[in-house]
Amino acid sequence: MEEKESQKPSSKGSMEIKTQASQKRRTLLKSLFGFPVLGVFAYESFKKWEFDLHKKSNVIESLGLENLNAPVPVKVIPAKPGDLLRIGIIGFGTRGNQLANGLGFMHPSDVEKLEKNNTLRGWLDQEYLNVALAGICDVFDLHAEEGLATAQNEIRPGRSQGIKIPVKRYLRYQEMLADKDIDAVIIATPDHHHARMTIDAIKAGKHVYCEKSIALKEEELNEVYHTVRNSNKVFQLGHQITQNVVFQKAKEIIKKDILGKITLVETTSNRNSASGAWIRHLDANGNLKPGDEKSIDWLQWLGPCPYVPFSVDRFYSWTKWFDYDTGMIGQLFTHEFDAVNQLLRIGIPKSVVSSGGIYYWKDNRDIPDTLHCVFEYPDKDLTLTFSGSLANSRERGRVFMGHDASMELGESLSIKADYDSTRYKQKIEDGTIDTSVPMISVRPGSGNIDAITSATAKYYASRGLTTTNINGKSVDVTHLHLKEWIDCIRYGGVPSANIERAFEEGVACLMAHKSYIEKRRVEWDPVNRKIV
Amino acid sequence: MKQNNNFTLLQKAVLFILRILIGWHLLYEGISKLLIPNWSSASFLSESKWILSGFSKWIVAHTEILHGVDFLNMWGLVAIGLGLIVGLFTRAAAISGAILLMVYYLNNPPLIGLEYTLPSDGSCLIVSKTLIEAVTLFMLAIFPSGYYAGLDRIIFGPSRSNHF
Repeated sequence: MEEKESQKPSSKGSMEIKTQASQKRRTLLKSLFGFPVLGVFAYESFKKWEFDLHKKSNVIESLGLENLNAPVPVKVIPAKPGDLLRIGIIGFGTRGNQLANGLGFMHPSDVEKLEKNNTLRGWLDQEYLNVALAGICDVFDLHAEEGLATAQNEIRPGRSQGIKIPVKRYLRYQEMLADKDIDAVIIATPDHHHARMTIDAIKAGKHVYCEKSIALKEEELNEVYHTVRNSNKVFQLGHQITQNVVFQKAKEIIKKDILGKITLVETTSNRNSASGAWIRHLDANGNLKPGDEKSIDWLQWLGPCPYVPFSVDRFYSWTKWFDYDTGMIGQLFTHEFDAVNQLLRIGIPKSVVSSGGIYYWKDNRDIPDTLHCVFEYPDKDLTLTFSGSLANSRERGRVFMGHDASMELGESLSIKADYDSTRYKQKIEDGTIDTSVPMISVRPGSGNIDAITSATAKYYASRGLTTTNINGKSVDVTHLHLKEWIDCIRYGGVPSANIERAFEEGVACLMAHKSYIEKRRVEWDPVNRKIV
Repeated sequence: MKQNNNFTLLQKAVLFILRILIGWHLLYEGISKLLIPNWSSASFLSESKWILSGFSKWIVAHTEILHGVDFLNMWGLVAIGLGLIVGLFTRAAAISGAILLMVYYLNNPPLIGLEYTLPSDGSCLIVSKTLIEAVTLFMLAIFPSGYYAGLDRIIFGPSRSNHF
């Protein structure tokens, strides 16, 4: 329309100039129509940003959590060359294999699998620990061979620094312990061997990393405890949860007393699959897994346990029988107890009551598939509960309940203020804190705390969506737990899952087990240090 | 395209307002992501269903590519939003915005049988607000109001707006 106007013959010169000038002005004005909007936008965005920041810092500051976002200090002590630690693994099953991965060794077929999934890079970036997998001991030829192939595989983190150490297979663990070429051992056998092997290894002068459970009998537990305590060897129990970044933040939150007085801690295990219920002797097609009396040293596998004829079922699904472990208590609750004990230092309970039954997996098992245990700590004003199901996998979380807030701690962490909290009363009333959404949450990926969470953060918190491998590096927690043990061997110090913690856990688990078996309330006699 | 010089002021004003509103929305979507430390599209992409799910999961599995996508997404939204509000490269902004929104839509279309755990906006069947916004941007690309109310008017001159 401008063109039309300018084509109009003008009668007066001055009019023409005026029209042109006003047209230019109009053009400019029209072209800048969007800018006032942009101004309003900038103003409103800033206001919103300030509002959010204020609300957030108000909560964070009043809780004294300003420093919580500081990066977790990572102890990086580069391993000196020549400092090579020669490690032997006793029991090279599934867990032994995972532990080897954590040390920096992987079976060629697993390397191939990771390569296909594009996840090999992450593993190759794992810190080089300057260790050699120098010995494998397994009663099953197939597993031992897998262990040897794993130890010899050249594809591994820090390969360039790797010194070639020949790997030996030992038919009996005592031979490995007698070998001067082994500095430390990792025990990943079925649980009925743990205590004996730990005792023998410490006596043979080896450092020990032992998978849970530590012992199945009270006498054994006491013997392990005294043997380790009276030695100068480093002992670490296989619990990796404390190595999680989210867990470190939880520690800080407990230290700052954000939850108020904690009187109840609920822990759960939620599984609903045959494998989760420890039916593991069949392959994907329902055929028996490999192994027979020719390739498996069955008597050695049984060890001190009563003789039963060889069975593939027992060999793979050993968890189902009380001869070899304590079922959910030893396999699952141990992790729960460790998490709670590391945070609250609860120690040995005054009393335990357990009850449950075999209600779903009605096979040849001894162990209950539904189990509840209640641990009382009257001198700490605290009850710890465990509720385990092998027939329903609804995620029930692990919750620390205080007078002022509850903390759900899993792969992510979220804290909700309690509606009737004394401490947050004011903030709840003035609307700064909304009790229906998490007041604080920590997402596993960033490890950053987020007060007054957004919808996405809420989603992360509730689902525990793992983003650890997206933001920054993904690090295997088992690797960190092994590294802590190795660092303590090299440079001194006490690992997190040390013998004191292991003993407390061992007693709590044996009490819970005894209560289930004897169908009665079991107590701890702190004077004679005995379960009664 | 058929020339039409007879847009009324009201028609132009409505087109302009529509452009501003969508620009505002996209700009704030971009800005808010920039303000979240370590914001990532990973959770959205890993929820992806339907035809783009394989591609999205591939992006999530590759950290460097994911970072690239996050960067392009955040700054792309900001650039498109700014372009629409001030009317600069309006047509390019509208087309890129429409494509971006179509990509969002195709990652989580509300089709029968597809269920999402991320909260959705209202009750939708096949047609979602994202789809409507994408098509609206296509419309704005066809009727680029930047040439009569935007910086495009200075840069390209009003002559480009001859079909208005």
